[in-house]
Amino acid sequence: MPTFVYMTRCDGCGYCVDICPSDIMHIDKTYRRAYNIEPNMCWECFSCVKACPHDAIDVRGYADFAPLGHSVRVKRDEEKGTIAWKIKFRDGREKNFLSPITTKPWGKYIPKLAEVPAPSKEMRDSELLFNEPKYIRLDDGDLYTLKAAGLKLKEGVYY
Amino acid sequence: MAYETIVEDNIDILVCGAGLGGTGAAFEARYWGQDKKIVIAEKANIDRSGAVAQGLYAINCYMGTRWGENKPEDHVRYARIDLMGMVREDLLFDMARHVDSAVHQFEEWGLPLMRDPKTGAYQREGRWQIMIHGESYKPIVAEAAKKSADKVFNRICVTHLLMDESKENRVAGAVGFNVRTGNYHVFKSKAVIVAAGGASMIFKPRSVGEGAGRVWYAPWSSGSAYGLLIDAGAKMTQMENRIVLARFKDGYGPVGAYFLHLKTRTQNCNGEEYESKWWPQLQEMVGKEYLDPEVSHATHRPIPTCLRNHAFINEVNAGRGPIHMITMEAFQDPHLEEVGWENFLGMTVGQAVLWAATDVDPKNENPELTTSEPYVMGSHATGCGAWCSGPEDISPPEYFWGYNRMTSVEGLFGAGDAVGGTPHAFSSGSFTEGRLAAKAACKYIDDGKAKGIRVSDKQIEDLKAKIYKPMEHYKIYRNEVVAGSVNPNFINPRQGLDRLQKLMDEYCGGVTVSYMTNEKLLNIGLKKMKALEEDMEKLAAEDFHELLRAWELRHRVLTSESVFQHTLFRKETRWPGYYYRGDVMKLDDENWHVLTVSRRDPKTGEYTMEKAPCYHLVGADE
Repeated sequence: MPTFVYMTRCDGCGYCVDICPSDIMHIDKTYRRAYNIEPNMCWECFSCVKACPHDAIDVRGYADFAPLGHSVRVKRDEEKGTIAWKIKFRDGREKNFLSPITTKPWGKYIPKLAEVPAPSKEMRDSELLFNEPKYIRLDDGDLYTLKAAGLKLKEGVYY
Repeated sequence: MAYETIVEDNIDILVCGAGLGGTGAAFEARYWGQDKKIVIAEKANIDRSGAVAQGLYAINCYMGTRWGENKPEDHVRYARIDLMGMVREDLLFDMARHVDSAVHQFEEWGLPLMRDPKTGAYQREGRWQIMIHGESYKPIVAEAAKKSADKVFNRICVTHLLMDESKENRVAGAVGFNVRTGNYHVFKSKAVIVAAGGASMIFKPRSVGEGAGRVWYAPWSSGSAYGLLIDAGAKMTQMENRIVLARFKDGYGPVGAYFLHLKTRTQNCNGEEYESKWWPQLQEMVGKEYLDPEVSHATHRPIPTCLRNHAFINEVNAGRGPIHMITMEAFQDPHLEEVGWENFLGMTVGQAVLWAATDVDPKNENPELTTSEPYVMGSHATGCGAWCSGPEDISPPEYFWGYNRMTSVEGLFGAGDAVGGTPHAFSSGSFTEGRLAAKAACKYIDDGKAKGIRVSDKQIEDLKAKIYKPMEHYKIYRNEVVAGSVNPNFINPRQGLDRLQKLMDEYCGGVTVSYMTNEKLLNIGLKKMKALEEDMEKLAAEDFHELLRAWELRHRVLTSESVFQHTLFRKETRWPGYYYRGDVMKLDDENWHVLTVSRRDPKTGEYTMEKAPCYHLVGADE
């Protein structure tokens, strides 16, 4: 369902323009507000809807297969770490859902790899990646190899 | 031309496209190259770009070796049978042995992974899938990439790779333009990791009009993973192996959680199970080795995705459609009902909207399924992509040329959709491939392999002229007609895309011909592709947005030509249900148990095709 923008709610801030993965939310030059310039390249990903600070963006199901009279609204809250959905059916029924979007404060637990101890030469010459082998199994086990698994690669027809 | 040229020089690692593969590459590159200059060039905004932009409700590739659930070789065997034998088992084993470490880090970074309350292990959806609340999956991994990269260039459409002029077949960076300012961007880099997307919208979609963007894979997945690499002369593999998806009708909502977690099943319009009646005939086509329902029933060995599609397609063509997903039983359980809805809201919101619009409540009725138009990509149940080197400790000589995930072009690496022969990587496996490519790219530089790279001003200026040509073309010819989009001197990107989709559909096995093609059709298609290629020189773009669409189309056309060539080369029907070669309707292991490898000569545009050996994991004493 392609997005559309309510005239009275949009103030032209451009958050949707900045985030749209398909580059289809643009600012209309006359009205100085955002709109969907290419609905048939919209994936209904809701990135712009979630990013809009004024709840000005909504979606209306694709005209070629979705009848009118429905709505799916969303509120994404980074502070609370939740996303809330409200689905309204054509016949008036409603469904509500709430899910977590993160378990930690934003970005705080992502390491800055420029500042961690540099890998040793032995590590560089191995097949290991950052934090490995520890993070593969979270025990003292090593990286899996064909040799340890008693396997080899052989040319031919095998199933 | 008035467009400013902005040069970013002395880059060590350039990451083109920062979806899951690219974010993994940028993140990991910093560890192995703490003093290196790492730069990301991304067509959109890395916080919401790539196939995972709207989120995911599952991570489909997780071994669980920590809980003794699977071993890497189990996953290799699974991918092997699902792809009818045609995979790169060295790359698959390598991805599988590292993938859990990526997932464990995601959890540490804050991605909500569901847990099984009884065992404490991650909540399994199926043998390989774990369930997540992944609405913010992409913003979280983007944060990791941003912490590692020196610079992130958002809204840069990378159009071409730069090639070294002192040494043949060595990469030297990339060029593109800013879709907002229109500025020309030049990235001079010692190594390049292409982590761009696979190809949606190259086959005519089932939807029409507005709904043409409601495709299974993201509309912004413009085949740039292939277009960039093919244009640079990199070898490609398995490009014939397009994928067709059985999904909820029109919205293409995912079915994985429904089948695996909700235990739903499919039926024809008469309420009958239909798959098994097609197995005997299909077994004659592919052989018992690939389809043995009794063995599949008794073990974990799956019936390949394409073969299940085959049963679906044939049942519908026999007049017993539509195929329904039987949800009414599972949805009586409120918990499962919630999972069913949140599964859509987490990754395919459009399906929830469609059901709301059509008053479909799966508790009260069984929704319709359909088979999609084909897609070309390399991280779901198919493995299109570049022919890449594997890791030193695993790969046989034919699969190894020095650096893990390096293409046949020196210094040019791939990750995610870009790497061929590695299906079933999904999000976590693509991120892992990015990490593997990044480590290898750092080593490539440290080994002194990128010394003495030379890029002339001429190459940079020539590419600049090429990039803006559609805008120049538009300016020259637009006033020849009064108004409108009909012009005898040019076509616009949408018109070009429509033509591409129509000819791919009709000649290369799209949905309107029930996925059927043959040698004659393919040759006619290739002839039409040649005319389209010529018309691509007359593509017109009115503004920077259309220029973006013009270059996306260019990458889609390069991808499609490769699909034609590979489909013509493989003289068998290897994946019934993905596509059929009507002139050779049987699987032929005697002649075609091989990987197909192509190269397009960048100077002449001529294709050369070859067969590469298919290696499989066997016991050490076999």
